[in-house]
Amino acid sequence: MSGLIATSYAPQNVAFWIIAISMAVAAVGVVTMKNIVHAALALVVVLAGVAAQYILLQAEFLGIVQVLIYIGAVIVLFLFGIMLTRHPMRKTGEYDNDQRVLAGLVSMLIFGVLAYLLSDEFGGVKLRLGQPTQTSAIADSIFRTYVVGFEVVSMLLLAALVGAIVLARRD
Amino acid sequence: MPITQYLFLSAFLFCTGVYGVLARRNGVLVLMSIELMLNAVNINLVAFSARLSDAAGQVFALFVIAIAAAEVGVGLAIVLLIYRNRVGVNLDEIDLMKG
Repeated sequence: MSGLIATSYAPQNVAFWIIAISMAVAAVGVVTMKNIVHAALALVVVLAGVAAQYILLQAEFLGIVQVLIYIGAVIVLFLFGIMLTRHPMRKTGEYDNDQRVLAGLVSMLIFGVLAYLLSDEFGGVKLRLGQPTQTSAIADSIFRTYVVGFEVVSMLLLAALVGAIVLARRD
Repeated sequence: MPITQYLFLSAFLFCTGVYGVLARRNGVLVLMSIELMLNAVNINLVAFSARLSDAAGQVFALFVIAIAAAEVGVGLAIVLLIYRNRVGVNLDEIDLMKG
């Protein structure tokens, strides 16, 4: 069996770096673009890249769920939010506040600390990809080990959606 | 395949989200930056799930996705409400509870 599993992962590495670089560029676009609709479309690229990374990590079910929920639902919600909150009379150029430099310093500091700690702790750890994760294994895990968490999340989702309707209803 | 490349990608996405939350003043854009951070966490969970050959990480990623969907729903409803009551969704102009 071990002969069937590749050990160098060269194609996966190439795919990873192509997807990761486009994700990074798009993520920087999300937080810097001057046009809010373009920022939402850059977010689509990031979310699709995340789905592709899940498939590279052999988590196919999660990749499909990512496409359905994020690209299918959350982005549509964001686009509706943008449409409904753009004031027609107001100039739409300025979306950044005046703490940009400080925010950049803080995020670079966090990235530096995280990069140092991660390379220190997981420097030599290799990822061995074997068989893809069976969806039935995820289902078993949800409905046996984590069934309480599943019920809590379902109640939270119900409460959040009822709350969203109550908040946004016009009466 | 070293696991650190996934962790670095995730850390980069997280820090980009932190920058967005701190530097943007539009409510919808802040919510988008929060989505970036939540997705970064999910990449970490799935990478360690693949490393440990354990489906539990993917289950937690599914929980995070569900909670993110709920958060976007409520967050956008609040942003719409702010827009309706006070014209505009600039977060630095919302200082009603400032003393």
